Amino acid sequence: MSSWAIQADHVCHLYKSRKRQGPSAPALQDLCLHAERGEILGLLGPNGSGKTTLFRILSTALKPTSGEVRIAGLRLSERADEIRQKVGIVFQAPGLDAKLTVRENLLHHGYVFGLWGRALRQRADEMMTRLKIDSRADELCGTLSGGLKRRTELAKGLMHRPEILLLDEPSTGLDPGARLDLWRYLRELRAETGMTLVVTTHLMEEAEQASRVSILQAGRLVCSGRPADLKKDMGSDVVLVRSDEAETLQGAIRERFGLTAKLSGGELQIEHGEGARLVTQLAEAFPGKIQSVTFRKPTLEDVFLHHTGHRFWNGGEEKIS
Amino acid sequence: MNREWLCVYSLWLREMKRFYRQPSRVIGALASPLMFWILIGSGIGRSFQAGTGEASQSYLEYFFPGTVMMILLFTAIFSTISIIEDRREGFLQSVLVSPASRGSIVMGKILGGTSLAVTQAALFLLIAPLIGLRLSAAGWAIAALALAVNGFALTGLGFLMAWRMNSIQGFHAVMNVLLMPLWFLSGALFPADGAQVWLKWVMVLNPLTYGMAALRHALEGGRSGLASLPDPALSWTVICIFAFVMLILSAKAASRRSAEDLQ
Repeated sequence: MSSWAIQADHVCHLYKSRKRQGPSAPALQDLCLHAERGEILGLLGPNGSGKTTLFRILSTALKPTSGEVRIAGLRLSERADEIRQKVGIVFQAPGLDAKLTVRENLLHHGYVFGLWGRALRQRADEMMTRLKIDSRADELCGTLSGGLKRRTELAKGLMHRPEILLLDEPSTGLDPGARLDLWRYLRELRAETGMTLVVTTHLMEEAEQASRVSILQAGRLVCSGRPADLKKDMGSDVVLVRSDEAETLQGAIRERFGLTAKLSGGELQIEHGEGARLVTQLAEAFPGKIQSVTFRKPTLEDVFLHHTGHRFWNGGEEKIS
Repeated sequence: MNREWLCVYSLWLREMKRFYRQPSRVIGALASPLMFWILIGSGIGRSFQAGTGEASQSYLEYFFPGTVMMILLFTAIFSTISIIEDRREGFLQSVLVSPASRGSIVMGKILGGTSLAVTQAALFLLIAPLIGLRLSAAGWAIAALALAVNGFALTGLGFLMAWRMNSIQGFHAVMNVLLMPLWFLSGALFPADGAQVWLKWVMVLNPLTYGMAALRHALEGGRSGLASLPDPALSWTVICIFAFVMLILSAKAASRRSAEDLQ
């Protein structure tokens, strides 16, 4: 058995453009990405980074234009049907039928995956108990809150005991409490069953929860690694300077310290090995020109900025000067 | 048990549950045709002539099988509108990435629509004795079969149209432009006998004319004296082919994978 749950090699995808729109930019470009068995892989990227396209490919809904994908060791191009039996999918758009009850939705999913009879009913009961929705079993899904819907969705995706669970932006529409619950459950699930989880997200704090993160931008893989390692690899702190004369200060810092400060949103950002020392030096060097100067340990957002030169928000479009 | 049949069963069951949980749909599919039948049937009344002597019919009698067909059409077609909702809401997406084949998905959906259509039409048929239609047990069986084949063909047609459509408004437009004329010109509202020549041709080419004829034969036995009514053998042959072709085309449409499967 391959130690990889997911192997994607040199995957490209180009959506066929509608008439007369001219060629569109490829959604994925030569993307290589791997997920180990039993890990929680976070796919982090701004909107338009290609993570939804990748998700669709992994969920067998879309064929990549080129490249090879193996899921659970099986080639996607040849054995999609077997793969489907091994993969559970929780889409961002709820796949529940609002006019059916929680139990009926689970039973429907089971039937489609070949379960039936008593085994199916037992499995549905088991999943409802596990996700604490058993008291809502006979309520129509349309009447449930966002958090309960998401739990039902999760129960549904797990009905056929998949080896790999794919979740597309699972915390969309959840309040912070429900979001914490969801992640607690995902970690439990991984610990107890050894299931591989692949979670797309555009939320930094969510990506921090993953055991490994792959950052995507403009259809390419930017970097991959444990969140702690990615931050450590930057090897530096982030110093933030607020000033009314940010642009003049940017030049002055370059002259005086030989450091590159990135200007974004009226704020200067400097990567530096010893944040604390630089803060004092800056404060001494430019008295009266600085409104505030602070430093912090790098976040995944800094990792993104470091690797791409783009800010994460605004779809990674805004170029930093 | 075979997974494909379980999928067909599950989707069929879902159609049933959804339909009967929305009483407005149940009433709507029956009430408006019933109203049409009583109002148009009584309104046209004596000014209508079909058949002669023993075989002559009042318009209420003539229009009765036409109304049954209308119920079939409405229920069958409206059941396929849910495909558009399913796609928008994400339900369809989750079925499409399951191991179930596209053929089973099509079959489940069409059989669901067919069952609903047949049940609704059969409910209406219960008032047949009120207008003097007496059916033997065999007569009922043949009528039910005619309802089933017609219902299947119409649901298949609805599926085919709804599959690639992304708005319910668009579906209603097609319904008015294509489906209503299909029904008007099937002999449901008036026989081909007295129609203009060009219209007669349209009716001859309309597959639903044969579905209508099969139903009329089943309900009225040999009583109908309409010269223009296709004979039973031809009617059954055409309507069966129609149903089969709709199934194949729907399965073909659904098996084409495209980015538009996802929304």
